[in-house]
Amino acid sequence: MVGASLAGLSAARSLRKQGYDGRLVVIGDELHRPYDRPPLSKEFLAGSLAEADLALEPDTEDLRAQWLLGVRAVGLDGPQRAVRLADGSEVRADGVVIATGAAARTLPGTDGLAGVHTLRTLDDARALRDELTLGGRLVVIGGGFIGAEVASTAYALGLDVTVVEAAPTPLAGPLGETMGAIVSALHADHGVRLLCGVGVKGLSGESRVDAVLLEDGRSVPADIVVVGVGARPCVEWLAGSGIELDDGVKCGADGRTSLAGVVAVGDCASWYDPRAGLHRRVEHWTGARERPGAAVTALLAGGAVEPGTPRPPYFWSDQYGVKIQFAGHAAGADSVTIEEGARDDRNVLAVYRRCGHPVAVLGMNQPRPFMRWRKQLAAAA
Amino acid sequence: MIPACRLVDLPRGEAYRLDIDPPVSVFHTDDGEVFAIDDTCTHQDASLADGWLEGCEVECPLHASKFDLRTGAVDAPPAKRPVRTHEVHVEDGMIYVQLSLDAPNLPPCVAARLAGGPA
Repeated sequence: MVGASLAGLSAARSLRKQGYDGRLVVIGDELHRPYDRPPLSKEFLAGSLAEADLALEPDTEDLRAQWLLGVRAVGLDGPQRAVRLADGSEVRADGVVIATGAAARTLPGTDGLAGVHTLRTLDDARALRDELTLGGRLVVIGGGFIGAEVASTAYALGLDVTVVEAAPTPLAGPLGETMGAIVSALHADHGVRLLCGVGVKGLSGESRVDAVLLEDGRSVPADIVVVGVGARPCVEWLAGSGIELDDGVKCGADGRTSLAGVVAVGDCASWYDPRAGLHRRVEHWTGARERPGAAVTALLAGGAVEPGTPRPPYFWSDQYGVKIQFAGHAAGADSVTIEEGARDDRNVLAVYRRCGHPVAVLGMNQPRPFMRWRKQLAAAA
Repeated sequence: MIPACRLVDLPRGEAYRLDIDPPVSVFHTDDGEVFAIDDTCTHQDASLADGWLEGCEVECPLHASKFDLRTGAVDAPPAKRPVRTHEVHVEDGMIYVQLSLDAPNLPPCVAARLAGGPA
C-alpha cells in the first residue's frame, strides 16, 4: 500500500475483509497515522475539533500491517513490483496499491514568503490555524470548495476575508454556472468580499506577504493568504515505471492499471467511467473510501471479476452553516431546476437533467430530499 | 415503553424519528423487520432517519458511515463508535420502543449541547 490516507487505509481494510491473510506493508510520506482531511478546513481549523478526533482508526482496530511512515516512495519497478523508498530501501510485493493522493497546487514565486499557506495536510492545517487565531486580513486565492470553506471558517473566527476567483463564477466546474452563483453568494451574505473574473498577478511583501496583486492592477491588502487553486496527482514517483499515466494513474473501471498486480485508488487515480465513456480523476472523500473495495477485489482476483457499476460520485461541503451536498456529474446537464426551497433562503434542492433525465442533484440544507434524489440517481445508473 | 407509530403507517424501507432527546429512529426494513437505534450519527450531527437504508444497514446521509441496525456497529469511517440500539415491540399494530439504559454515543458537538455547553 503506497499511501497511508483514507484510500490506502480503506484498501488495507478491504484486503483483510476479503480474506487476504499475508504480509501487509503500508507506506506513508507523512508521519501521522491515517487521519480525516475534510475537517481540516472546517471544525479543526475553527478549533472545535481536536487532533485526536481526526484519527480514522478506532483504538480496537488491528489490520496486522507494518506501517512505514514518514518515508516517501520514490520509484516503482513495474515487473518486479518493487517500491523504492527515499531512505534507499526497497519493498517487494505480490500486489501494489497506489494511493499517493494529490498535492495542493501553489503559486509560482511564493516559496519562502511568510503568511502564505496551502491546505492539504494536518501540518498545513496546524500552521494555518495558528495564524488565523491572530486575526487580521485574510485573502483566499481560489473560490473552489477548499477556498470557500477556509473563508467561511475564517469569517466565523472574526477575520476580514476576501476571496479572489479567476473565473467569472466560482464552482462553475463542479456545480455549473447557475448553482455555482447561488452557492458562492453565501460569501456576500456574510460580508465576505468575492472578487470574480480576475486573476492573480503575484504577491507583494519582503519576508512576509502584505498584499495580493491582481491582474487588473488592484492590490488587496493581506496579513494571511491561502492559495486554494486545486490539486495535482502525486504520480511523479512513478516516472520510468512503465505505468500508464494520464492526469493521474490511468485505470480501468475496477482500478487496475497497465501493470499486472498494480491497482490505483483515491485522488491519484483516473478510473474509467463506463457511464461517461471516459477516464476521470474523482477527488472526493467518498471515492477514496468506496473504490478501494472494488480495486482490492480486482487485485486479489487478477481481473477475473467483472467490475460493478459504482454509485454516482457524492461530496459535501459546509459553508457558513449551510450543508451543501452534491451527487452525480453537472458537466453533462442541459438544464437545472430548483425543486424545493427558495434560492434566496439558501435552502434549495436543485436537479440537473440531460434530455429530461436526472444526472446530478445539489442540496443546500436539504438532507432528506437530497437522499431521495441520490438514491434515484443510483437506481437509474 | 414509548409508543412510536403504527406499523401500517411505516412502509418498508422507511424510517420514523421519535423527537425525544436524544432522538431515536425506528426503521422498517425491506424484509419487514423493525429496529430502533439512536437517530444521531456518532460522527456528526446528522439524522440517520434521513439515511440510505439497505438491508439491515443504514448509511449516514452526510458522510456515508454505515450502521448495522441489529447491533449498532459501524462499518467504516468517519464514524468510529457504534450507535445505541433499543428494543422494539409491536403490539396490536403499534410499535413501542424500550429505551436502552446505556449511555448514548453522541458526536462531540451534540454531546456538548446536551451538557449545556456551547453548541
